[in-house]
Amino acid sequence: MFNRTPIAPLEYTRKLWMRSWVGLTMLFLYAPLIVLMIFSFNDSKRNVVWKGFTLKYYEKALNNDSLVEALVNSLTIAALATIVSLVIGALAAVVLWRFRFPLKGLVEGTMSLPIIVPEICLGVAFLIFFAKVDWPTDLPWPLNLSAITIAHITFCFPFVAMVVRARLASFNKEEEEAAKDLGATEWQAFRDVLLPHIKPALVAGALLAFTLSLDDFVITFFTSGPDTITFPVKVYSMVRFSVTPEVNAASTILILLTVILTFIALKLQGVKGIAETH
Amino acid sequence: MTETKQPIIQIRNVSKRFGKVTAVDNVSLDILAGEFFVLLGPSGCGKTTLLRMIAGFEMPTEGQIIIDGQDMSLVPPNKRPVNMVFQSYAVFPHMNVMDNVGYGLRISGVSKGEIRDRVAEALELVKLGGFEDRMPDQMSGGQRQRVALARSLVMRPKVLLLDEPLSALDAKLRAQMQFELSDLQDKVGITFVTVTHDQDEALSMASRVAVINKGEVAQLAPPADLYEYPANRFVADFVGSVNIFEGKLTLDEPDKAAVDCPGLGKIYLNHGVTGPHGADVWVALRPEKIYLHVPGEGKAIRAAAQDAPDGHNLARGTIKGMSYLGDITLYEIQLEGGQMIRVSRPNLSRHDQEDFTWDDKVSMHWRADSPVVLLS
Repeated sequence: MFNRTPIAPLEYTRKLWMRSWVGLTMLFLYAPLIVLMIFSFNDSKRNVVWKGFTLKYYEKALNNDSLVEALVNSLTIAALATIVSLVIGALAAVVLWRFRFPLKGLVEGTMSLPIIVPEICLGVAFLIFFAKVDWPTDLPWPLNLSAITIAHITFCFPFVAMVVRARLASFNKEEEEAAKDLGATEWQAFRDVLLPHIKPALVAGALLAFTLSLDDFVITFFTSGPDTITFPVKVYSMVRFSVTPEVNAASTILILLTVILTFIALKLQGVKGIAETH
Repeated sequence: MTETKQPIIQIRNVSKRFGKVTAVDNVSLDILAGEFFVLLGPSGCGKTTLLRMIAGFEMPTEGQIIIDGQDMSLVPPNKRPVNMVFQSYAVFPHMNVMDNVGYGLRISGVSKGEIRDRVAEALELVKLGGFEDRMPDQMSGGQRQRVALARSLVMRPKVLLLDEPLSALDAKLRAQMQFELSDLQDKVGITFVTVTHDQDEALSMASRVAVINKGEVAQLAPPADLYEYPANRFVADFVGSVNIFEGKLTLDEPDKAAVDCPGLGKIYLNHGVTGPHGADVWVALRPEKIYLHVPGEGKAIRAAAQDAPDGHNLARGTIKGMSYLGDITLYEIQLEGGQMIRVSRPNLSRHDQEDFTWDDKVSMHWRADSPVVLLS
């Protein structure tokens, strides 16, 4: 053990201080989540002191109809918002990358506004907007989620566009020309050459949009009606009374869902592909 | 070989302007079927723009491009009977070699079996047989270029366009590819049109070269003519290495001419120039066409240079610089008038480079058919 090769200047992974620093960072980032997960099994109403192991709060959470409904709402909104954001975002990115047109800078700037504008302002704006246009609120499920979904698309698609745009910057236009030179039409060249190139960015963008939508609280809070509660809003209302292990259990389920989704996405694309987009 | 060939590409008064910049300026030229045609010029001279107009990626601002008798003005790149090998090769990174080479056939609806056969044949042609399953990132730059070549050749185009095909390869590989490309062109009989800024490439591969300068054709000629009979100072200077001296035409008859160059001395040529008498002209003299002597060998020089009258085609100077390149040695010599002249001397035996050294006084002479008189 003491006869190993000496540590080279850039071999940070072998330095003790670096390892401990990474460990501490991990602890700082994940300790709260781990505590939350552990206490979801706590056999106590108060959720402060460990009283023993139980699964009953999972049972309770899954039998809580309004909580389950909120979760289903959240997932539905996230799925819809992701799909639409992906299409709009990718198209916007391609248009901005490919063409020159008057006021391009303005279009580019306004497109990324939803990223910059404080969420609370967006939330209020949506509240006023949907009230002004008299957006129907008594539609059957899932149409009653349309207001929230529209709001989510608004702040999700710029992120997709940004990620796709970054990926497009590394595209060799000669590849597209080569495809056309070999007989491909505009659409075939897009499908066979450009789309495979931006695929990792689409996966990353979808992941980003999905998680942004899933855990958004502020904007959703302003756009949700009495019958359209999403998961974060529901949890917030539960916490206002007391933080029971039921909330922990529900959160744990959500965390697991996100982790599984991320894992699938990474598997589909390969970690390398996603890392390349940044 | 020299039967009358039909032009496969006719470029008629083509100009291309990007805003205020004129990239191609009223170019007209014919490219013959089966020829290895090279567009040679410095970067930014418009040669790539011209190639891209033939491929259909740029539209001429004025003029007409006719390929195989058909006006291409309204024909998009995917409908033209030409294929292009791009400078970056543009091999599709997410497809293996088989799918890359077979791409054009696949979208034109050729059957799977035929695609496989033709891809194998094309890969054999570029010496990549058996590479079907490789991914581009598992290949070297030279191999990727061969994939790009095969991908174009498999389409059996009438014309193959190559954009700076050898610029990204190392010197050894480049020399090898020059031969291979010429070979390949012989084998498939397709017209090749190549763009390059490298004169060696142009001279070694081309059947004809168009030298492009500032969007215009400076000269269109076979390689040897380009080198030995440059039409103007630009071509003389761009193709190969050259000494250029300004002078006045003092004698111009059908079988002889003389130029008085203040920098170099009296120049005698054994052929006429047909320039206006007393005109300002330039004399171009290639470094390898100048003989070096130790001063005092005057008689030998006079004997060697006896095809010129006494006192002509002679110069004296001092060696100010030399670089030994193995096969030849290059000398920078300061003439008595102060101007510099470059002379190259083959190292015919092992110690030839020791004959002359820095600050040696030397004499020079050249044959009466060596200098070229340029009117522009």
